[in-house]
Amino acid sequence: MKYKGKVYKMGDDIDTDAIIPARFLNTSDHEELGSHVMEDYAPDFRGSVRAGGILVAGRNFGCGSSREHAPVAIKVSGVPIVIAESFARIFYRNSFNTGLAIMESPEAVKGIKKGDEVEGDTESGEINNLTTGEKFQAKSIPPFMAELISDGGLIPHLKKKLEK
Amino acid sequence: MSPNTKMTITEKIISAHTETEAVQPGDLVMAKVDLALGNDITAPLAIDIFEEAGAKKVFDEEKVVLVCDHFTPNKDIKSASQCKRVREFATNTNITHIYDGGDSGVEHALLPELGLVLPGDLIIGADSHTCTYGALGAFATGVGSTDLAAVMITGEVWLKVPESMKFVFYGTPNKWVTAKDYILHTIGDIGVDGALYSAMEFTGTAVTALTIEGRLTMANMAIEAGGKCGIFEPDEKIDIYLKGRSSRKYEKFTSDPKAEYIDVREYDVGKIQPLVALPHLPSNVQPVDDVEDIPIDQVVIGSCTNGRIEDLRLASEILKGRKADSNVRLIIIPATPMIYRQALNEGLFEVFLDANGIISPPTCGPCLGGHMGVLAEGERVVATTNRNFVGRMGDPKSEVYLSNPAVAAASAVLGRVAGPSALGL
Repeated sequence: MKYKGKVYKMGDDIDTDAIIPARFLNTSDHEELGSHVMEDYAPDFRGSVRAGGILVAGRNFGCGSSREHAPVAIKVSGVPIVIAESFARIFYRNSFNTGLAIMESPEAVKGIKKGDEVEGDTESGEINNLTTGEKFQAKSIPPFMAELISDGGLIPHLKKKLEK
Repeated sequence: MSPNTKMTITEKIISAHTETEAVQPGDLVMAKVDLALGNDITAPLAIDIFEEAGAKKVFDEEKVVLVCDHFTPNKDIKSASQCKRVREFATNTNITHIYDGGDSGVEHALLPELGLVLPGDLIIGADSHTCTYGALGAFATGVGSTDLAAVMITGEVWLKVPESMKFVFYGTPNKWVTAKDYILHTIGDIGVDGALYSAMEFTGTAVTALTIEGRLTMANMAIEAGGKCGIFEPDEKIDIYLKGRSSRKYEKFTSDPKAEYIDVREYDVGKIQPLVALPHLPSNVQPVDDVEDIPIDQVVIGSCTNGRIEDLRLASEILKGRKADSNVRLIIIPATPMIYRQALNEGLFEVFLDANGIISPPTCGPCLGGHMGVLAEGERVVATTNRNFVGRMGDPKSEVYLSNPAVAAASAVLGRVAGPSALGL
C-alpha cells in the first residue's frame, strides 16, 4: 500500500497515555476513541491532520500501556500511517493487528520536517519526501508479518488458517 | 539435534511451548499459552473481536482470566457497561476465573496470590504489566486486545523470541532501599527503550535475597525499559510461596552457564540510594535526597508495582505516630482483598487512619488517572506506581514522582518530595 500526505511531527517516547489518555478508555467505540486522539498532548493534532495525514515521530513511539485503543484512535482520526525511528514492542504488534501502517526508519525521520509532503510504500519499504526529493528505505518486515498484512490482520489470517 | 547448552531461561520456556526443541533469538514461533489475561479496559475490545471472528468457545475455560480492576468499583456508566460486558462474556463462555467485585483486585497482584501463575508458564496478558509474572520464573508478556482475542480462540500466540539482557545485582542494600529502587536505578541506567524487544533477566545475590514481592515489583517495571519480559530464575522461595496456592505441577527452568546475552550489567546495590523518578519519564531518576524542595498535593501508595502487604508494612513503619501534611491527600490502596484483610488484621489501617490516610478498596484507579484520586492542573503526586508520563494521573499539567513506599510515606508527612532521612530515619 502507498500512503501520501502532509506530515505532523512529534518527538521521542510518545507514550500511549499521550496518544489516548486512560480516562477515555471506558468505551470500545472506535469513533469515540478517535475523537480523543492526542487530546492532551497535542490538542492541534486532530485539526491539523486532514484525512490522509502522516505522523512522523522519534524513538520508542507508543511506549507504555498495551492499549490497542492507541493505534485504533490514530487510524480512526484519519492518519493511516506512522513513520518512526523505532516503535515500542506492544504498539508494533497492535498496529499490525489493527491495520495501522507503520514504517521504521531513523534516517527518514531525520530527513522529514513538519508540513513536508511524504509518500510511504509499505510493500517496498520506500519513503519518499516529495517536498525535498529525498528517498529513504524503511527496515524490512519479517515475512510472517507481511503475510499478516496481506491477509488483512491477525483475525482474518487466523480464519484463513482455520479454513484450511 | 544435540541439546543446546547455551540457552537462557526465556528461550527454554518458549521452546517448551513450541514444537521447536531449541528456539533462537529472532525466531518467530507459535507458542502454546498456559494463561491468557484481560481486564475491564482491554477485554471488551477483545470480546468484540472474538465475536466478530465468529468464535463461540474459548480454547480452555480454566486458562482465560478476566479481571475488572482498572475503573472498578465502576466509576461511571460507561465503565459499568464495560464490566457488564466482561461478566456476561465470562458467563456465556463458562470462564472460571472472572473477578469483579469483592473477590477482585489489581490483576498482577491478584493472579500470583491466587496461585494462577507458576514457574515455567507462558502467559499472555492484554495489559503491559503482565511482565510482572516473570518474578515467579514464568515467561509473561503484554499484548493488545486482538492478540488476546486470538489466544482466547486458539490457545496460541505468535512470538518473536527475544534476545536477553542480564542484570546482576550484588551487595547489601542501605536502609530504605528496596526492589523498587533497584528497578528504577536500572531504568535510569539503560533508558525507557534500553531493553526494547529484549528479555530482562535479573540475577545475583541481592535479588536472590529479595522476597517474591520484591521480585514482582522489579519484573513489573521491565516494560518501563521497553522489555518484552522481566524474569528471575525460580528458587526455593518460589516453592514456599506457592505452597497452598496451587496444586498444578510446574517446572523450574534456569539459564545455562554459557547462555548468551546481548548485554550484561552489574550493580552494587550498596551504592543505590532511595530514588525518585521525576516527571515525565520513569528513567528520569535521582536520589531523593538530592531533590530540592518540591511541594506536593497527594501521595498514592498502591498499584501492581507496590500495593502488596510488604509495601504497606514499609509505609506504616514511616507513618506510625506521624501525620500526613495538612496539604497532602494520602491515599493507600491495598492491591487485593487478601492484602486488605491482612493490613486490617495487622493493625496497619489504624496507623494509616491516624496519619489521616484515605484507605481505598483494591483498584488500579488513580495510577492511570482513572478515579479515586485524580490530579488537578498544577498538582503533584508522589506515587509508588510505575508511570509518570504527562497527564498519567490526571490533568496534563499535573506531575507524577515515582518512588518506593517508604519515600512516598515520608513525602506525605513532610508535604514535599523527600525520603525517610529527611525525617531523621
